[in-house]
Amino acid sequence: MVGRIHSIETMGTVDGPGMRFVLFLQGCPLRCAYCHNPDTWDPSTYAQEMTVADVWTQFERNRDFYITGGITVTGGEALLQLPFIIELFTFFHGKGIHTCLDTSGICYTQEQAREYKLLLDVTDLVILDVKEIDSSIHETLTGKPNDAVLEFAKFIDEQGTDFWVRHVVVPTITDNRDRWYRLGFFLGAFKHLKAVDCLPYHVMGVNKYESLGISYRLDGIPPLSKADAQRALRVVLSGIRDYRRGLWCPLKTPES
Amino acid sequence: MQQAWKDFNTGVWDKSVDVRDFIQRNYVPYVGDDSFLVGPTERTTRLWQRVLDLYEEERQKGSVIDADTDVATHITAHAPGYIIKEDEQIVGLQTDYPLKRAMFPYGGLRTAKSAIEEYGYKMDPTLEAFFKTHRKTHNDGVFDVYTPEMRAARSAHIITGLPDAYSRGRIIGDYRRVALYGIDYLIKDKEDQFNITMGDMMPDVIRDREEIRDQIRSLKELKEMAASYGFDISKPATDVKEAIQWLYFGYLGAIKEQNGAAMSIGRNSTFLDIYAERDLKSGKYTEEQIQEMVDHFIMKLRMVRFARIHEYNNLFTGDPVWTTESIGGMGTDGRTLVSKTAFRVLHTLQNLGPAPEPNLTVLWSPSLPEGFKKFCAKLSIATSSIQYENDEIMRPNSGDDYAIACCVSPMRIGKEMQFFGARCNLAKALLYAINGGVDEKLKKQVGPKFRPITSEYLDFDEVMERFEDMTEWLAGVYVNALNIIHYMHDKYAYEKLEMALHDRKVTRWFATGIAGLSVVADSLSAIKYAKVKPIRDENGIAIDFEIEGEFPKYGNDDDRVDDLAATVVSGFMNKIRKHPTYRQSVPTMSLLTITSNVVYGNATGATPDGRKAGIPFAPGANPMHGRDEHGAISSLASVAKMPWRDCCDGISNTFSIIPDSLGKSGESMVTLGDLDLDLGNIEHALADGCENLACREPNVTFPEEKE
Repeated sequence: MVGRIHSIETMGTVDGPGMRFVLFLQGCPLRCAYCHNPDTWDPSTYAQEMTVADVWTQFERNRDFYITGGITVTGGEALLQLPFIIELFTFFHGKGIHTCLDTSGICYTQEQAREYKLLLDVTDLVILDVKEIDSSIHETLTGKPNDAVLEFAKFIDEQGTDFWVRHVVVPTITDNRDRWYRLGFFLGAFKHLKAVDCLPYHVMGVNKYESLGISYRLDGIPPLSKADAQRALRVVLSGIRDYRRGLWCPLKTPES
Repeated sequence: MQQAWKDFNTGVWDKSVDVRDFIQRNYVPYVGDDSFLVGPTERTTRLWQRVLDLYEEERQKGSVIDADTDVATHITAHAPGYIIKEDEQIVGLQTDYPLKRAMFPYGGLRTAKSAIEEYGYKMDPTLEAFFKTHRKTHNDGVFDVYTPEMRAARSAHIITGLPDAYSRGRIIGDYRRVALYGIDYLIKDKEDQFNITMGDMMPDVIRDREEIRDQIRSLKELKEMAASYGFDISKPATDVKEAIQWLYFGYLGAIKEQNGAAMSIGRNSTFLDIYAERDLKSGKYTEEQIQEMVDHFIMKLRMVRFARIHEYNNLFTGDPVWTTESIGGMGTDGRTLVSKTAFRVLHTLQNLGPAPEPNLTVLWSPSLPEGFKKFCAKLSIATSSIQYENDEIMRPNSGDDYAIACCVSPMRIGKEMQFFGARCNLAKALLYAINGGVDEKLKKQVGPKFRPITSEYLDFDEVMERFEDMTEWLAGVYVNALNIIHYMHDKYAYEKLEMALHDRKVTRWFATGIAGLSVVADSLSAIKYAKVKPIRDENGIAIDFEIEGEFPKYGNDDDRVDDLAATVVSGFMNKIRKHPTYRQSVPTMSLLTITSNVVYGNATGATPDGRKAGIPFAPGANPMHGRDEHGAISSLASVAKMPWRDCCDGISNTFSIIPDSLGKSGESMVTLGDLDLDLGNIEHALADGCENLACREPNVTFPEEKE
């Protein structure tokens, strides 16, 4: 089986713990307004085809660097190539290498639960990108509602796989205290959630749109400061805390 | 036993000069964290503010605050100078006024003259006349005997940066000896050496005897200079304050005497720590006082200034001194050489703020204590001011008491010295191979008149053959030019004091270097794996190249091209090895042009890798900018394939990274298996005592929020 690889980053430091070998897979069903890799969207675009053995050859020659890290698969949307990542992670996991799946979860369906279970069995960590808790805003932002994402979060937790949640804070779109709090309240239920990260929106990668001839929907929206992203994180955490305290007040947001 | 050595473990060091033995028997490895460190004292802050004001004054005056015009500097040439005398715990300046530049004419009168005249000062005519009439310089000597071929290679910039008009530098005196033994002991030791330097009085023996006498003279001058500051350094230092002061006087003597291309200071922190530990234990000094001394010492190293010509500063992009201080590393017995004073020295980056000098260099090993690694990572992220070198690679060859000279060259302190040899421009050599020795910029025959390549497309085997021939010629010209340079430097600008702080029999490294490695590797790869068509001018000189097709590029962990690069390195080193070298020095090579890659690129025409004329080379052993496509690790993996045995003077890879991309906690380089994302201000967001809510089971009762 071959995977369709957009590119390889040999020193990934933000895509899971430690230093990681990161595979960017070609193709994505979402069209997130702030996506900084629009060149990974189209599954039919030219991509390098690699077998698991090819990936291993690349990884193995510098594996000393990845002792504290491992391999991360991202995209595009990695789950579009589910059979390939199952084979890839089965192999790497078998070698004792930490495997991390970075995904939006958008491809998940209950019908495929058996395959997803196979994948999670050999996945050490999932980084789940929850782009928005409100489904209709999720659809405006990404082109699809978020039901599959939330279902996948529950599924990961049921399977007992550790996961992190990432949320990008975009001015005018996802900068809403109520929805941050609701996101936290939703996440509060998960036993295997290990960390939450709120990232500030940035404009790196915008020039890719020009060269691809795609119009950039967020033109004119300024990047967010780190401090503002920290503020969002605090609200999300307060939602988690309130859920765990048993407070049922999703509409009341605390001041911070 | 001397009172100054009270409580020290004895061994070999107290019977003969052996600083390493002293360190090994007495130092205390430190495996803790940075929590013991203290901030700057009021005196430190006041002094540093004064220095900042002086920097500003210097900047406003066009980068030179003042310069000597009528004194040829030497160890005792100047009256004592101070920043704020009553605040300074460690004293001594190069001249009588802070940042004032001394004049060093022994390397070359013209260079010394231009160096001050370019800043609006005028050399005293009497002094100039004296030198012209009575005192030949290193520069005069070299140009008396250079061959026409050497002059041509030099002006075409195929051999660049030769230390033929200024001092070579790169020699590190063992300044610790001044503190540990005191000058009188060292003089006696040198007298003993003098008395065994006997035999038939042929040039080698005569030179050795004369040099030892010069060394002894410089030690006496050093004592005199220290005395002018009110210190008697004839005896060993008795406490940490004296140890720092004595050691600094040793270095100060060297920078009063020599304006070298790099004036590195050695590996001093753990040596000094032995004194600091003794004084802390006896209660003589507190942590605050010791940090203050270290701060004042480092402050002095930040104020080293040399008068230099604009061209020199352009070559090195700025005004570097390369006061390299090597820190940390591991001992050959497995103990770490990190001590508390290693932390204190690095901590100056916080107490005084970031600075490029002194060039604080951490000798890195995976075995370093975690607390130290974290501290280094933290400071690197905050200040970008630490250089890292691979102790694991150097220790097997250089032991555990080496220091870095300049930026990469390891040197056993007091036992090895280096003849600095600048570098050859191999990218240009490749063009000479294609153009039959005609310089593509000057349009002049510089190299031997070999047949140029005239085919429409470049053939790999043909190019390689011509490149071999051309570099064979180049290595000969290069080594012989360096032989002249070092002969003359020893004769007219001998580093008396620095060599006085060495053993009698030293290993001399004959350092060479190459520039443009990645350009050559990618060019050869393009010729081999794609089709390269030279565009020739009316005289048939290739002035540009058209490339059809793809080719592997150095920096992507691709053996096809990385092997070409390694072959070029080993091949050129072997050509250098064929030639006899001055004073039985041992040839080495470096892949190193940290900043001058811009200047070298400027002097070189378009190359077959697609690089246009005048575009900068990549620094050191770096891949060409933007050609490494798979991130840092495959880029570094390519660099790591360069054969150390053939370039053991050092390989540099300049690598900058924004802190945010280093990982979530900013410490991902040193944190082992840390699965937690940085949860930011979670401690503030959460109730007391609950560090990471996300890891908690649900239904835990938390106390009320306090924010």
